[in-house]
Amino acid sequence: MATTPNKPAAASKSSQGFVYLPLIAGWLIPGAGHFLLRKWIRGTLLAVSIISMFALGLAMQGKLYTSAQDILDMLGVAGDLGSGLLYFLSRAAGWGGTPVQTTVADYGTKFIVVAGLLNIIAAVDAHNLRTGRKS
Amino acid sequence: MHPSHFLAVLLFALFASTVFGITMRDTPPRMFRYGAYCFVLFVGSVIVFSWVMFLIAR
Repeated sequence: MATTPNKPAAASKSSQGFVYLPLIAGWLIPGAGHFLLRKWIRGTLLAVSIISMFALGLAMQGKLYTSAQDILDMLGVAGDLGSGLLYFLSRAAGWGGTPVQTTVADYGTKFIVVAGLLNIIAAVDAHNLRTGRKS
Repeated sequence: MHPSHFLAVLLFALFASTVFGITMRDTPPRMFRYGAYCFVLFVGSVIVFSWVMFLIAR
């Protein structure tokens, strides 16, 4: 007798609970979406990478975008928002250099924006794992 | 913190490649290979374009 393929198990798993929870958790806290799905190693690597990148950006006196005056600022805010709670906590704490004065500070600004964009990719990956689109 | 430009590139490439590897492939060996591939492309392209800019500026 042939064994049953994994599809029904994945389908029943994906129909339980709130499907968008890993996506939202992963956005708010880097790696949390994977932790919810018990992907401990992947979640840890993602969390370490994204949080380190964000922290290094702040340490380099990178700028946190706070208001959108033009299209580039809008893109910067969108990228920064991808970091979820990291962004809101950093803004609340007043971290990040406002005027970029050195080349390294400009790199720091890019580190912060890219950390947010990578976090969005990681959160979408958690969502794909949750829905069974990825294993 | 004031890392050298090259160290900043290495850190950027390391973290971005880690996320790309995990999210773009399904199995751990393929994740590792793709992450390493992205890292080499990041750092390699920086070295190549640095030399191009150096030669243009001369």
